[in-house]
Amino acid sequence: MRPALRKLSILMSLAMLLVLSGCSDAMVLDPKGPIASAQKDLILITVIICAVIAIPVFIITAVIIWRYRASNKSATYKPEWEHSTKLEATWWGIPAVAILILALVTVNYTYKLEPSVALASDKEPIEIQVTSLDWKWLFTYPEENIATINHVVIPEDTPIRFKLTSDMAMNSFWIPSLGGQLYSMSGMAMTLHLQADEPGTYYGSGANFTGEYFAHMTFSVDAVSDAEYDTWVNEVKANNEPLSDAKVEELLEQNVQEVQYFSAFPENLFYDIVTKYVEEGAHNPHAGHSGHESHDEHAEVNHEDHADHNHEEHVNN
Amino acid sequence: MLETIKEFAGEFFVTGDPMILGAQISIALVSLAILFVLTYFKKWKWLWTEWLTTVDHKKIGIMYIMASLLMLFRGGFDALLMRIQLAIPDAGFLHGDHYNQIFTTHGVIMILFMAMPLMFGLFNVIVPLQLGARDVAFPFLNAFSFWMFFAGAMLFNLSFVIGGSPAAGWLAYPPLSELTGSPGVGQDFYIWGIQISGIGSLATGINFVVTILKMRAPGMKLMKMPMFSWSTLASCITIMFAFPILTVTLFLLFLDRYMGAHFFTVDGGGNPMMYLNLIWMWGHPEVYIVVLPAFGIYSEVVSAFSRKKIFGYKSMVFALMSISFLSFFTWAHHFFTMGSGADVNAFFAVTTMIIAIPTGVKVFNWLFTMYRGRITFEVPMLWAIAFIPCFVVGGMTGVMLSVAPADFQFHNSYFLIAHFHQVLIGGVVFGYFAAFYYWWPKVFGFKLNATLGKWAFWLWNIGFYVCFMPQYYLGLDGMTRRLYTYDFDMGWLELNILSTIGAFFMGAAFLFQVWDIVYSIKNAKREHKADSWGVGRTLEWGIPSPPPFYNYARVPVVTEQDDFWEKKMRAERGEADPAIVKAAEEAPLEPIHMPKNSGIPIIMSGFWFIAGFGFVWDWKWMIVLGLIGVIATMIARSFNYNDDYYVQVEEIERIEAAAAAKGAV
Repeated sequence: MRPALRKLSILMSLAMLLVLSGCSDAMVLDPKGPIASAQKDLILITVIICAVIAIPVFIITAVIIWRYRASNKSATYKPEWEHSTKLEATWWGIPAVAILILALVTVNYTYKLEPSVALASDKEPIEIQVTSLDWKWLFTYPEENIATINHVVIPEDTPIRFKLTSDMAMNSFWIPSLGGQLYSMSGMAMTLHLQADEPGTYYGSGANFTGEYFAHMTFSVDAVSDAEYDTWVNEVKANNEPLSDAKVEELLEQNVQEVQYFSAFPENLFYDIVTKYVEEGAHNPHAGHSGHESHDEHAEVNHEDHADHNHEEHVNN
Repeated sequence: MLETIKEFAGEFFVTGDPMILGAQISIALVSLAILFVLTYFKKWKWLWTEWLTTVDHKKIGIMYIMASLLMLFRGGFDALLMRIQLAIPDAGFLHGDHYNQIFTTHGVIMILFMAMPLMFGLFNVIVPLQLGARDVAFPFLNAFSFWMFFAGAMLFNLSFVIGGSPAAGWLAYPPLSELTGSPGVGQDFYIWGIQISGIGSLATGINFVVTILKMRAPGMKLMKMPMFSWSTLASCITIMFAFPILTVTLFLLFLDRYMGAHFFTVDGGGNPMMYLNLIWMWGHPEVYIVVLPAFGIYSEVVSAFSRKKIFGYKSMVFALMSISFLSFFTWAHHFFTMGSGADVNAFFAVTTMIIAIPTGVKVFNWLFTMYRGRITFEVPMLWAIAFIPCFVVGGMTGVMLSVAPADFQFHNSYFLIAHFHQVLIGGVVFGYFAAFYYWWPKVFGFKLNATLGKWAFWLWNIGFYVCFMPQYYLGLDGMTRRLYTYDFDMGWLELNILSTIGAFFMGAAFLFQVWDIVYSIKNAKREHKADSWGVGRTLEWGIPSPPPFYNYARVPVVTEQDDFWEKKMRAERGEADPAIVKAAEEAPLEPIHMPKNSGIPIIMSGFWFIAGFGFVWDWKWMIVLGLIGVIATMIARSFNYNDDYYVQVEEIERIEAAAAAKGAV
C-alpha cells in the first residue's frame, strides 16, 4: 500500500471510531437490558461488515477520480477497456460473501430475538398488558390488579412479558433502552419480552403514527428493585381509586391524558378490548385468548359515534 | 340561503389558518395573472396547438419536467415548514393536525408527483432519441398519461385549500385512513389523486416497454442498447407489475370508505395488516422504479465524461434486471415489527440483503468505468460523482435496516428517515439532476450556466449531509418519525437545529437552480451543437439540438454499442463507415409518418378530474357528469380515423437545412 493510502485509511478508521464513540450515549447504543444489548451487538457486527466494504470503496473512489482526471496526462487512458472477467468475478464475489455472512448472523439472531420467545431467567416473568389508545398508553397489571396511564414500573432483572393491543389505530410500543419495538394492533394480543438489567428511568414512546396528538404518546419506564416494586404496587393500591367503567369510556375517546394510577381495573379489560370488534360467533385466530364475554354492543355504539358526527353522508351510502 | 352558503363554504374551503389563507389568495392571484397574460398576448391558440394538444414526446417530456419542478417546490416548501417546527422543542409554529397534513403531502408529492413525473419526463425526452425512434410507440396514450398525471396531481394539491389535506401518512395505513380515523375529505383527495395519476403511470410503463422492444433503430440489438434505455425498460417492467397492486389496494380502501366495506377495517372481519402487505407490494418496487433510471443515468454520464466505454455492460444489464425482479420479494421488511414471526422475518431479511449484491456490483462498475478514463468535471459529472459516496452510505444503512432483529430498534425512527432520504436524494434526485443538466442542451440547444450550477451542487451536497447525518443519530437516540413536537428534556435540540440549517441550504440550492434556468434562458449562448458536450456516445448526440419534431430525418442504422462515439472514432482514425451505415445516411429522404395532435387526452383527463372531485365530495351528479364525459371522449377517440399525417420531403429538407445553418450538425 502506498504511504498516502495508508495515511488516508488510518484517518478514516479514526473518524469512524470518533463517530461510534460519540454515538455511544444514544439510547439504542447504550442498552440497559439483554434484548437491547444483543441488538446493539448485532448493529455493531453489521456496521463492521459494511465498513469492510465501504471504506475501501471510498478510498478507491477518491484515488480513481484524482488519478484519472483529464489534466493528468501521465495516467493510462484506455477508452475501449470495458471488461475483465477476473475483476467482475471479484466484485460479484466479495459482496456475495459479505452478504452470506451477514445473512447467517441475521437468521440466527432473528430466531434468538423473536419477541414472543420468553427470556432465559430463574425468575418468573411478570405480565403487563399494554393498550395503545388515542393518544395515551394504558397499562394493566393482571397479577397485581392495578392499572396506570403513561407510566410503567417494572422490577429490575425480571423478565417482563408485555402483551400488546390497541383500540382502533395501530401503534408501536418502543422502549429503546430495553429493546426493539413491536406493533400494537386492534384485535390482537402481541407478545414482547423485555427486561431491565439495572435500575433507572427509561424513555418509551409510540413509534407508529396514530393521528393528531400522536406526539404526546410518550411514557416513562421505571426499573426498580423488587422491594421498591412491591412498595410501589402497594402504594398504587392504597392511594388511588379503581379504574371505573366511566373512566374506561373516557380513555377510549380521543384525548391526551396525564400520568394516572388506579388501584384496580375491570376484570378482563385487556381481552375485552382485544375481542371488541370480533363479531358474534366469528373466530379470531389472533386474539390468543377465548371464552370470555365480549362488549360487542359497546363497540358498535362507539364506532358509529365516530363516523356519525364526522362524515355522515359517506356512511349512508 | 346565505346561511347555507356560509356553512357550505366553511366546510368546502380550508379556513382559519393565515398561512393557508395566504396561499389561497396567492393561488387565486397567480391564476388570474396567468389568464390575463395569455389573453393579453393572445397566446391561447399557441398554448393549445403547441402544448396542450401535443403528442410530441419531447414536448410532453418538457411539460412533465416543468410540473415536477413545481411539485419539488411545493414538497420542498413543506419540508422547510416541518424543519422549522422541529428546530426547537415545544415549538408552536404548526399545530399537530397541520403538521400531519404537511408530512403526508410532502411524502406523497415527492414520490408520486415529483420523482415519478421527473422520471417520466426524462424517459420521454431521452428514450425515443436514444433508440433512433421518431416518437414513442403510442403517442396519443403518452399524452393521455401526462394529462392523467397532471389531473391527479392537481386534484391532490387542491386539498390544500379546499376540503383539507390528508393526514394519515404517505401510505395511509388503516385503520387511521379509514372513515373512523380520517373522517374528512382529505383522505378521499389522496385516493382519487393517486388513482387518476396512477392510471397514467401504468400506461406510461406499458408505452415505454413497447417502445423499447419494438422501436429501436435497425441494428440496435438489445445488448447494444444504451444503459439509460435498459434502465427504463427495467423500471417500466416493474411499473407494469407493481402499479396494478396500488390501484386495487386504493380501490379497496375506497370501497371501505365510500360503501362501508370491511376490507381493512378492524371490525366486520376486516384486516388492516392486509393493507400493509398490499401497499408495500407496490411500495417497495416503487422505490426501485424511481432509482433504476437513475442508475442508467449514472452509467451514461460517468461513461461520457470519462470518455470511456461503460465497464461490464453485461453485468450492468444483469444487475438492473435482477434488481427489478428481486424488488418484488422484499416488501415485508417494511414491517418486521408486525409480529409475523421469525420464519417470515428471516426470509425477507435475506431477500433484502441480496439486492445489495447487484447494487454493489454496479458501484464497482461505475468506478472502473472511470478507471483508465479521462475524467472532466462538468456539472452532470459532479452529480454522478457525489452520488457514489452518498449512495454507498445510504446502501449500507439500508443493509443495517434489513437485519430484521436490529430493525426492531431502527423502525419508525429518524434513522429510517435519514436512510431513505439518503437513497432517494443521494440516489434518485442526484441522478435526475445529472440527467437534467446533461440532456438540457440536447433539448434546448444551449447549456445551463455552470457557475450557478456548481453553486447549486455544493449547496445541495453540504445541505444534504448537514440535514440528514444528524437524523441517523436522533433515530438511535429514540426520536421517532412524524412527531410534530418533542420535549426539551429529550436532548434532541442541537441536532434538530443543525438538521434544519441543512434543510435551508437545500432550499437555497433549489433557488440557485431556478436562477440558473432563468439566467441561462435569457443569457446563455445558443450553440445548437449536436454533440453539446463533445463527449456524446449515443445516437441522440448526432442530431440537431433541439431535435426537429420528427427527430431523425433518416432512420439511422446502428452497428455498435455507443454507436455515435464509434462513428466519431472512425472519423478520427480516417476509417470509412460500414456500407450499411453509409447507405442509410445517403438514402433519399422519404415522407415521415407522424401522429396528429389531439385535444382528447386533456379533455378526457379533465373529465376524470371532475369525476374524482365528485367522488371526493360524494356529489353524484358530478360523478355521473365526469364519467359520461370520460366515456364520450373514449368513443370520440375510437371513431377518429384522421389521426396521422405525412411530413413531406420538401419540409424535411427545409428543416434540416435550417438546422445545419445554425451549425447544428
